[in-house]
Amino acid sequence: MSIYFDLFLMFFKIGLFTFGGGYAMLPLIQEEVLKRNLMSLDDVVSFVAVSESTPGPFAVNIATYVGLHSAGIAGSVVSTLGVVLPSFLVILLVARAYEKFRKNRFVEGAMTGLRPAVVGLLACAVLTIGKSVFFHDGFVFNAKTVSATVIFALVLFLSLKKKISPILLILLSAALGLMGLYALEGLKVI
Amino acid sequence: MNTKAQLFLTFFKIGLFTFGGGYAMIPLIKNEAADKKGWITQSDMLDIVAISESTPGPIAVNAATFVGCKTGGVLGSACATLGVVLPSFLIIALLGAVLDRVSGYKAVSYAFFGIRAGVLALIVKALIGMYKKCPKEKISKVWRERSLSAAFAYLIMLLSFCLVFFAGITSPAVLLLCASLGVLVHVPGKGKAG
Repeated sequence: MSIYFDLFLMFFKIGLFTFGGGYAMLPLIQEEVLKRNLMSLDDVVSFVAVSESTPGPFAVNIATYVGLHSAGIAGSVVSTLGVVLPSFLVILLVARAYEKFRKNRFVEGAMTGLRPAVVGLLACAVLTIGKSVFFHDGFVFNAKTVSATVIFALVLFLSLKKKISPILLILLSAALGLMGLYALEGLKVI
Repeated sequence: MNTKAQLFLTFFKIGLFTFGGGYAMIPLIKNEAADKKGWITQSDMLDIVAISESTPGPIAVNAATFVGCKTGGVLGSACATLGVVLPSFLIIALLGAVLDRVSGYKAVSYAFFGIRAGVLALIVKALIGMYKKCPKEKISKVWRERSLSAAFAYLIMLLSFCLVFFAGITSPAVLLLCASLGVLVHVPGKGKAG
């Protein structure tokens, strides 16, 4: 199968199975991209930050990036097309009768199952990402684990208690990461 | 300027100025498409949000397709969707090359070490928000079904988590299963009243 077709299909699948905004598509993207060795888990998590700091939806951003990496500009075009097409087609189909569609018992029923399922999937992704953030070098509790924990706890506190924009929080995390790891390097603990 | 070009330009602007995506885009779409252009009404706007929640894909694409379709048919949809996607496509295509070039530097890898910890916090925050919102909707809908529907929601959360975490089942399979369970539980229970 040609790389273009494979990219298109993969992102079509991601677009088709993404319900709910924000990070709902993260588990599936992570699964698909890691399975094909297109990006490392670290790269996916880093890319979330890039996506938060650039315009546009995460799904479109990562489709463009992965496509570009694997097959140049043509690859990014087919990947982006793939991720957008399912939602485009579904909306075209239901736009004229959306009231009927939304109140349809089967659609309602499917949504009562899908909404909590997305929460379970994201919880799973959080654990996988958490393992890579806190225990990057295997399950050892070292100075890096401590600094990652401090940054995580501080950002979580700030984002829950104060209304600070994600971009500022990402800049803060970057500054803390730089200072923390250079300090650890100076102390010769890493 | 004809409608198709206007749709393209308006949604290009919306795509360009929405950072982070998702619901951040809603006020901007309302301002541009409803207040300024009058392509859609206020109640259309509420419908767009509701329908985006029960259809796949990013809300930006859903909204662009919807407004485009109402204003200029299928071609209008295509213009609006292309417009909303293009800024993010162009910026990432340019930035992608830069990112790859700088990723070898130690300072960059140190910064991204911190960034990944911060991103995890942002994802945990989103997870908490989704967890809190998920059963509550049903409670407000039908208070009598409260315990049952909430129990169902928590059960599905646990089930989908376990299926991926312990059994390694892929997320599309889990989503299909949970959607079917939802249909099975919801459709006969509601009868004709639904």
